[in-house]
Amino acid sequence: MSNVPSDLKYTKSHEWVRVTGDIATVGITDHAQHELTDVVFVELPAVGRQVKAGETCAVVESVKTASDIYAPVSGTVLEVNAAVVDNPALVNTEPHGGGWFFQIKLSQPAEPAGLLTPAEYQALIGG
Amino acid sequence: MTLKRTPLYAAHQKLGGKLIEFGGWEMPVQYTSITDEHLAVRQAAGIFDISHMGEVFVGGAGAEEFLNRTLTNDVRKLTPGQGQYTLMCNERGGVVDDLYVYRMNATDFLLIINASQIDADVPWLEKANSGQAEVRDMSGQLAAVAIQGPAVVKFIDAALPGSACGGAEVQKISELKKNQIGIFIFDYVTVYVGRTGYTGEDGFEIIAPAEKIEAVWNALLKAGQPCGLKPAGLGARDTLRTEMCYPLYGHELDEVTTPIEAGVGFFVALDKGDFTGRAVLAEQKAAGTKKKLVAFKMTGKSAPPRPHYPIQSNGQVVGQVVSGTQSPSLGLGIGLGYVPPELARPDTLIEIEIRGKLAPAIVVTKPIYKR
Repeated sequence: MSNVPSDLKYTKSHEWVRVTGDIATVGITDHAQHELTDVVFVELPAVGRQVKAGETCAVVESVKTASDIYAPVSGTVLEVNAAVVDNPALVNTEPHGGGWFFQIKLSQPAEPAGLLTPAEYQALIGG
Repeated sequence: MTLKRTPLYAAHQKLGGKLIEFGGWEMPVQYTSITDEHLAVRQAAGIFDISHMGEVFVGGAGAEEFLNRTLTNDVRKLTPGQGQYTLMCNERGGVVDDLYVYRMNATDFLLIINASQIDADVPWLEKANSGQAEVRDMSGQLAAVAIQGPAVVKFIDAALPGSACGGAEVQKISELKKNQIGIFIFDYVTVYVGRTGYTGEDGFEIIAPAEKIEAVWNALLKAGQPCGLKPAGLGARDTLRTEMCYPLYGHELDEVTTPIEAGVGFFVALDKGDFTGRAVLAEQKAAGTKKKLVAFKMTGKSAPPRPHYPIQSNGQVVGQVVSGTQSPSLGLGIGLGYVPPELARPDTLIEIEIRGKLAPAIVVTKPIYKR
């Protein structure tokens, strides 16, 4: 069964979001990495890029297929995880930790409140 | 459209297989991970459900002549119990399907055809047949598994004991040579076992009545477990065959692509007399083709190449990727694609356009993976 940490927010497209002040850290969920398996490549947005919630801003590739990653919240890309680009397997081994994708400086601080709660996400994936 | 399910559907569910649509069938793409299953086949053994594939029996005094007129390879070269890779072409030399044909005896042949092409092939064969052969599509009654990998030979005889009662005359399955087929008795029914596969590893393909295939699958799983046998899905089947540069119908081959362009001219016997598509294929073999299938490896860190990505050279789009993936054996992106012949030589540098960015690649000799 997939791990759904209680301190995160979630999206229907299987990203997780950790909000600290006005900064959101984003990755893909344990459930998503389990579905993808064997992540072999991660493409991240340019630092400084303005993103809108729901916009495609990264790509994760498994052996089988390429999947788009969506910005869960709007804002400016503050930092990207170089370690996961170098070692994409981190997405499989530490989806909620070392396998994070990027950080967004929120332009609409109220936005995260509209994301899925852990219980809602658990229900979505049939936990 | 309702997806068809193989008789092993319940077995896949029990094993936690992830099911996807393939050629109108609901098939397992993977059980644990494509990489794990791929490496199990390269290093030990893997078992695949290939029940979706079609089986057509062609028999009668005129069967040999009929097949030689309809297929590109020469079936006269086959002794009883021997098989060959071959293609079925249209008048323009385009490929209707690629298949395996086995000679069971003087007058009976078994054709193993692609799942996606059953509905095209059977009418094609029936139309080409002017009454000299009997064409019997048994795809609905028969199911099949492929068991592949270097360890398979260690346990195949334990799983399916006994000597052949038809086809190649062998005392046990492991005595079959590459491309040979024998008829064996398993649990009171006849099963066809060929020493063939689609992975580049040693192995066997076993065709059995649909109602018996789960018993075959279970017997193989049980006998192979101590040797590291794993169930493997279509994902691993695709990465394994891509590393070997084996064509997949709908990717490397289609109705407007010829066997010469696809680099499988070796299986076109121009010297055997006339057959459908011969004129075009003979001309292409002599004069060359406008496009050629090449194998390539990515040379830098990049996303894996995927089907339909453009291939570029000197700022021009020169072709298209038809198969592409991350190679689990090599740990880098590999693919197959069509390019003009002047770019088909090994060591030619090309670029693959991946989401608008160019990634460098190099044309390599086939197969991409060499043991």
